[in-house]
Amino acid sequence: MTNSLDAYLILSALLFCIGTFGFLARRNAISMLMSIELMLNGVNLAIVAFGAFNPHLREQGSIIALIVIAVAAGEATVGLAIVMAIFRNRRTPLVDEYDSMRQ
Amino acid sequence: MGIPDTIPIIGGSWNDLLFLIFAAILIGSGLLVVILRDIIRCGLAMIVCFGALAGIYVVLGAPLIAGAQVLVYIGAISVLILFAIMLTQTKAGPARLVFQTQAVPAAIASIVLAVILALVISATDWGAAPERIRVATAAMARILFADFVLPFEVVSVILLAAVIGGIYLAKRELEPGEKRGPR
Repeated sequence: MTNSLDAYLILSALLFCIGTFGFLARRNAISMLMSIELMLNGVNLAIVAFGAFNPHLREQGSIIALIVIAVAAGEATVGLAIVMAIFRNRRTPLVDEYDSMRQ
Repeated sequence: MGIPDTIPIIGGSWNDLLFLIFAAILIGSGLLVVILRDIIRCGLAMIVCFGALAGIYVVLGAPLIAGAQVLVYIGAISVLILFAIMLTQTKAGPARLVFQTQAVPAAIASIVLAVILALVISATDWGAAPERIRVATAAMARILFADFVLPFEVVSVILLAAVIGGIYLAKRELEPGEKRGPR
């Protein structure tokens, strides 16, 4: 089982779909950011799995995964800073109450 | 007396057992992240999820990625998210509705997406090697600093921009007449 690419890819697809559900369904902006982190982790698992099973990728898969981790760290920083800035103005972390642009 | 090569009685390999354990923890804690009512518990479940994923990376033969996962995700991003939760949580938070009104369609869409992805993955011939390839860290470092130098430098610029942007966005605006200084 650990020697088949499919097991890892299905695991990463499950993680990605859990993240999709969380992003679409949660009301709290920080919960949505955590769901995005889950989705990024799922994609990263798929990249590392491809690198571990494809002889043409080998080290490249791991290097791309490292770069994705670094960019995800930057994304989390900026995303949380934006949530904090909105929270300071609106006093709520719930995204469905950010409705000042609505008619 | 050493550890036997296969699991006694069941007869699978130890790697399979580890993979199953880590996958169960990963999916279970991932589900807890999206369905728990109290958001601080979601954050703690997310740490468990990242740890299980680091274990999967080790089983997969990429120990360097596992180390980076522990350092960056468990060490940095989780702490950042827990801080943000504690700064934005209101007393009434956990008692109120945590899901949007479109939660049921979202659940159906996610399950359909998962089924489609699983079907596509199992139907495709990936041309994969029959055995796992262990990634040698030395070779990886050589490629990272030879072929991937430009992405490496771009990532460092992105991180710098993210740090400066984060500080600028999260900075409190000074009131007119307020003195800048320690509070």
